[in-house]
Amino acid sequence: MNALSTVEKQNNIEAKSMAEYLTFRIGTEEYGIDILKVQEIRGYEPPTRIANAPSFVKGVINLRGTIVPIVDMRLKFNCPIVNYDSFTVVIVLNLHQRIVGIVVDSVSDVMGLDVDQIRTAPDIESIIDPESIIGLGALSDRMLILLDIEKLMSGNDMGLISDI
Amino acid sequence: MAEVHQDSGGSGSDFDLSQFYQIFFEEAGENLDLMEQMLLSLNLETADDEELNGIFRCAHSIKGGAATFGFSDVAELTHQMESLLDKLRRHELKPSSAMVDVLLESADASRALLACHQTGNVGQGPATVDLVGRIRSLVAGDAAGVVVPSKAVEAVVSHPSPVAVDVLPDATLSQVAATADGRRYLLIRLGKLDHLAQADAVAELFRDIPGLGEIKSVTPPDLAPDERVFEVVTTSSNEDLLDLFAFHVAREQVSISELDQTPVNAAPPQNAPVAVAAETATPIAYGFFDGAPGAPQPGAAGQPPAKHAVDAARNSATAPRTSNASAAPPEAATIRVAISKVDQLINLVGELVITQAMLAQNSRALDPAVYQQLLTGLSDLDRNTRDLQESVMSIRMIPMSIVFSRFPRMLRDLANKLGKKVDFVTQGEATELDKGLVEKITDPLTHLVRNSCDHGIEMPEDRIRAGKPETGTITLSAAHQGGSIVIEVRDDGKGMSREKILAKARERGMDVSDQLSDAEVWQLIFAPGFSTAEVVTDVSGRGVGMDVVKRNITSLNGTVEIESVEGYGMKVSVRLPLTLAIMDGMSVGVGNEVYILPLSSVVESFQVRSNAVSTVGQDSRLVKVRDEYMPVIELEKVFLVPRFDTEKTSDMMVVIEADGSRAVLLVDELLGQQQVVVKNLESNYKKVPNVSGATILGDGKVALILDTGALVRRSRH
Repeated sequence: MNALSTVEKQNNIEAKSMAEYLTFRIGTEEYGIDILKVQEIRGYEPPTRIANAPSFVKGVINLRGTIVPIVDMRLKFNCPIVNYDSFTVVIVLNLHQRIVGIVVDSVSDVMGLDVDQIRTAPDIESIIDPESIIGLGALSDRMLILLDIEKLMSGNDMGLISDI
Repeated sequence: MAEVHQDSGGSGSDFDLSQFYQIFFEEAGENLDLMEQMLLSLNLETADDEELNGIFRCAHSIKGGAATFGFSDVAELTHQMESLLDKLRRHELKPSSAMVDVLLESADASRALLACHQTGNVGQGPATVDLVGRIRSLVAGDAAGVVVPSKAVEAVVSHPSPVAVDVLPDATLSQVAATADGRRYLLIRLGKLDHLAQADAVAELFRDIPGLGEIKSVTPPDLAPDERVFEVVTTSSNEDLLDLFAFHVAREQVSISELDQTPVNAAPPQNAPVAVAAETATPIAYGFFDGAPGAPQPGAAGQPPAKHAVDAARNSATAPRTSNASAAPPEAATIRVAISKVDQLINLVGELVITQAMLAQNSRALDPAVYQQLLTGLSDLDRNTRDLQESVMSIRMIPMSIVFSRFPRMLRDLANKLGKKVDFVTQGEATELDKGLVEKITDPLTHLVRNSCDHGIEMPEDRIRAGKPETGTITLSAAHQGGSIVIEVRDDGKGMSREKILAKARERGMDVSDQLSDAEVWQLIFAPGFSTAEVVTDVSGRGVGMDVVKRNITSLNGTVEIESVEGYGMKVSVRLPLTLAIMDGMSVGVGNEVYILPLSSVVESFQVRSNAVSTVGQDSRLVKVRDEYMPVIELEKVFLVPRFDTEKTSDMMVVIEADGSRAVLLVDELLGQQQVVVKNLESNYKKVPNVSGATILGDGKVALILDTGALVRRSRH
């Protein structure tokens, strides 16, 4: 009986630790997003500008026939240095059937995180809405900011979805 | 095939039928549409066999499917329709308009019942008892007794006994069932079966189709291992049975013979299943029971049964073939594909075309002498891509007949209700149009056709008084004209009255003068709230006005024109682009950016002379074009285009027209005209002001398509 519940517990943890995150860098910070939301990763190409859009909406690109908006997360997160070079990467996300690309400095890794490796984020003043931070991934020597990318991108301030 | 049906019949089977439901609903819908069409085009005097057979086949397929899936109410109704149609096609009855009416109503009822099954609201469909009764009385009308409108029969035969057919203790059905007119006792022998399961499937039919009759397996001593024999009590004709069985066994495998009311039942009481019977297997030529005392039932007067059995056997070589062959082609000719797959294909081909264009551009600098093979390959690629693109685009195109086909029925009902006589003529049904457009054009067209019938065509006596034929004509035609399709709704009714429209317009406080041209007067009826009903007739309108028609068509980049002569009728022409997905565009450059203007709204373009531009209040600029002052819209300012080359200024002017007013766009240069594939910006982003969509240019870049309507409105504020 006891043994069984231990197994169950283990299973539960395993189920949760199955969550895998794609990690990327913006400036000096490292972020992680749910890998299942990621459709593809591609190089940056200058998009077509859209007039009167927020500055972090770089414009739209043609992704194999689909018009996809490109959001520069570095501008969104007030990153001081924003370069567009051959290393600049666009992560194409598929969120609720809507496709959007985000620009980041570089993609690092895909890693699975255990529940006990995730700490709740303390209340801090930040440009990022605390609602869209899942937690902080504590790795041995670095900190991973885990984002609820769905919540973040559908927020009003992103201006990606028409107000109804 | 047989196995699927067989499984489906078995209630205990865990075979999941529901995966086929959707296909059945779609097919049944198509069959009902087809049947309705054929019924309407049926000429009662000269109805030929092919037409009648076609209608019969429709009812038949629906019945078969409905029975298979256990929708007994549909099966029952269609079975009755089938009986009537069967009489018609065998010329035992003469087609009458009452029959067409009841068949059409039955088709509607079947449709409603199917819809209920589809949504799972079983039991909420319309009652069919009345219809069934009416069909029966029509069937009985000229050939009484063949199919009996007897409740008693139905009560007995439609009782869905879950009989495991081949293990029932032997009891002659004829003793159970009371004698009633039309009841026939048959012995059906299924011979040379590949699988005995086929016989079970046939037996299942009797269980699944209420009113078909009762079946019971018997085991005569001479039963061959690959044969099964059944005793059947039914009111259906041999032909009907054979048609039904055709789902499971070929006709040549069936032999039907009449049994006496108290049949010579040779079956041993133990009624052992096949395994036992197999011991006594001595194959005997079938038709064994033909010689049995099978005197025709008194009620089956209309049927020469023995002869039928012989006929059926004799024709068996050809008859089933023809019926199968003629039923097959419509299914084989088309496949059903989700529209999203087609769109995906179109997108991919679009990408391919862009890649191909890029290759062509890059290879231009190559030396033809050195790279001859490569260049030949590229030119082949060019041609093939274009062909491919054309073919793929044509997948989305569907013939206008899809839209047109719904009108004859609607008009028939409407004319009947209004007491008018209307002929409906369609032309150019084969004209193809994008599926997306077809769906959106249906409602406006319906309104126009209804209008013609309601307000245009006069009552028969009025028409005779006006010296016109009693029957009015409404013509619906479609034709390609250049890059667009023109759909016309014409009637030879009373037309519109210029005076009445002008008077009505003044009454509504509109500023109109008597000097307006006819065309301008007719355009007045598109004003919101300007009901044609109030203008020219006393019949009240029905919600949707002409303004909605106009708005719908305009939203499809189309136009509406009216011609009318009072006393002689009117014509409404709707002009639409061939497809929503492709648009003729004019690309213009501003700074380093490219924008697309819909060519349909470009009037002219010219290089500006500085003295032609004047300002109002230091800011708003006007330009004089041929004695008309028009507001100038600077795209550079509207779209905040960054300027790197300060020397360069916009000096090209494009006159655009939208919503009846004009404005001038100031751009740097005109880049050319091209067909562009219109993409939705809002599927992944949001609505952008002054932009109606986006497209992908030859180099793979995205260009925004300008919303000329919004730009013109903006300039007017």
